[in-house]
Amino acid sequence: MTDASSQLTTADGRPLKAALAAAQSRARRRAFLLVAPLLLFVVVTFILPIGQMLQRSVYHDGFSNSAPALGEWFANNPDGSELDESAYAALATDLAQMKKDKTAGEAGTRINYTIPGTRSLFTSSARGADKLEPPYKEALLALDAKWGEPLVWQAMRQASSPWTSDFYLIATDRQRTADGGVEQVPENERIYLWLFGKTFVLSAVITFLCLILAFPIAHLLATLPMAKSNLLMILVLLPFWTSLLVRTTSWIVLLQGQGVVNNILVSLGVIGDDGRITMIYNQTGTIIVMTHILLPFMVLPLYSVMRTIKPSYARAARSLGATSWTTFRRIYLPQTLPGIGAGALLVFILAVGYYITPALVGGADGQLISNLIQFHMSKSNWSLAAALSAMLLAGVLVLYWLYDRLVGIDKLKLG
Amino acid sequence: MALPVYADPLERLWYYTYHVICVAIFVFLISPILIIMPLSFNAEPYFTFTQKMVTFDPEGYSLRWYDLLLTHGMVTPDAPRDASWWEDVWANAAWVKAAKNSVIIGFWSTIVATVLGTLAALGLSRAEMPYRRLIMAILISPMIVPIIIIATGLFFFYSNPCAMFGFECGRLTSTYTGVVLAHATLGIPFVIITVTATLIGFDQSLSRAAASLGASPSRTFFKIVLPLILPGVISGALFAFVTSFDEVVAVLFIAGPDQQTIPRQMWNGIREAISPAILSVATILVLISIALLATVELLRRRSERIRGVTPQ
Repeated sequence: MTDASSQLTTADGRPLKAALAAAQSRARRRAFLLVAPLLLFVVVTFILPIGQMLQRSVYHDGFSNSAPALGEWFANNPDGSELDESAYAALATDLAQMKKDKTAGEAGTRINYTIPGTRSLFTSSARGADKLEPPYKEALLALDAKWGEPLVWQAMRQASSPWTSDFYLIATDRQRTADGGVEQVPENERIYLWLFGKTFVLSAVITFLCLILAFPIAHLLATLPMAKSNLLMILVLLPFWTSLLVRTTSWIVLLQGQGVVNNILVSLGVIGDDGRITMIYNQTGTIIVMTHILLPFMVLPLYSVMRTIKPSYARAARSLGATSWTTFRRIYLPQTLPGIGAGALLVFILAVGYYITPALVGGADGQLISNLIQFHMSKSNWSLAAALSAMLLAGVLVLYWLYDRLVGIDKLKLG
Repeated sequence: MALPVYADPLERLWYYTYHVICVAIFVFLISPILIIMPLSFNAEPYFTFTQKMVTFDPEGYSLRWYDLLLTHGMVTPDAPRDASWWEDVWANAAWVKAAKNSVIIGFWSTIVATVLGTLAALGLSRAEMPYRRLIMAILISPMIVPIIIIATGLFFFYSNPCAMFGFECGRLTSTYTGVVLAHATLGIPFVIITVTATLIGFDQSLSRAAASLGASPSRTFFKIVLPLILPGVISGALFAFVTSFDEVVAVLFIAGPDQQTIPRQMWNGIREAISPAILSVATILVLISIALLATVELLRRRSERIRGVTPQ
């Protein structure tokens, strides 16, 4: 076999195998060259910016830059060393330098992330730092007793290196203890993991509602004759093509206190004028509007799977004596599973990262994790925003990977 | 799905209930979009149907909110409506400015996304493409990654694009270029999806025939391939345009006051003082999306016809 194939040559005498390999690698190169410009574009305008932003979640040089003396002291004295005069001398040197460079605020902000309320400790101490006299320990403690707290020193030790895991600790509702260990924050301060949980639960609820609403109409569209179903399909595609902000506005108009739905209910006498239902600017609003916005993403994959299901299976089941419910449960439903999986995963992925709708109609209790990221961004709390983004992104990418495994990205359809 | 003759009474009942449920769901889908249209002609500054509107009294309806779209932001809104008044509208009206920005940004980002996306789709649909699955996943990811993460990433990147090389080179925040690049990135997945879907049905022997008759690769592309996949390319471009035309979060993060777009203007309107003027903008946008949907639907049918794919 190898003998025979090694003797085959092309017209110009090259071995056929080598010629084929060369031609194939040329074809591969050509295909890749077509994709290369876009790949480069996406890497530069999308992947690098996100990577750079995520780096902020583990890198913050606000304190380490302006406290070199303390950095040196921490390097020479391992965790648990006694806070002696040399430590306070280093602190006094750094505070004086911070006053000169006007960096006390920046350094204080970094420590403030781990121990709220410490920013002013730095700014006020730096103000008088150049007048401090040895012994520094007494002088600094006289200035502010907080300088004696081991937790503050632990926070400074962690911040003396620009690379830190502090922001992930905060983002997972944990904090450092004075001896360098890690513990959960008190129960009433746990907000981030709770909000992550809430985002996932709300997304699951929205996905479920989308499935419940999409299943009947996808089935109707798939079983109607082509001409009729194309006409009805417009009712699904029109919302899909309509601006998100337009759809959100319409729901505000419909659902608000003086809105159309409440007015109709009042004029029908279902509710009294003072009993108007609050359906928007709260969690209910987020759920209703997001279900409406994401519904087409569920209908389209369901529809394309249901189209391919032959009615003869159901007829066969009926002719063999199955009831219509059994036929649906045992014959029809299992065949729609690929569509359910594709639609549910897509809707869930899109819902988890939703920002616009919760921001506009969510009120106080309908906010999702994206809104919290935006909140921290607007407060210039960039590293924490980056840590929360990284956690959200990790979750989304796992789901995306799952989608690619189970459904295949090339199966994505847009109407 | 007609009711079979052997259906028992319970099944008949379910059959009709099922249709009622379907109608209700379609109403849920479409009514929010339709309801704003009559409300945008409200003569009163309310978001609900007034008594006069319900009784179809002409006094209950007016074009005042559409008029406000033109006059809001003008220097002399009350001047007589002659040529100079229209010039004032064109130059100063806030919504007109926003519309101009939206169209400019949408146009350029669509061009970038469509050209690069179509090229890439051609490569991706070749059988010999290496790492096809991975690259496809990367190129589609702008559609999947939460917009807030993209926007924050771009915000830092644009404030100093050369930071990773360690020097300063101006900024892209508050520039048209910045917004166009961001929107192009967001539109790319749609172009890739629609064009690769069109290329699945493409008969490769046609381009081989052209090559065997002596056509150069570029001639083959422009004379044979492009005309056949054009409907898909145009649909992709329309998707990319709509994506840009509807995008607000990236604009909020990276655009300056000069790049005010329609969605951003709407965003401000919804967040601050929501006025029925928003509804008139919304109505116009719905009409635009109806036009776009009709175009895409026609293109899809045309594409199926010229490729010989029977609709199923």
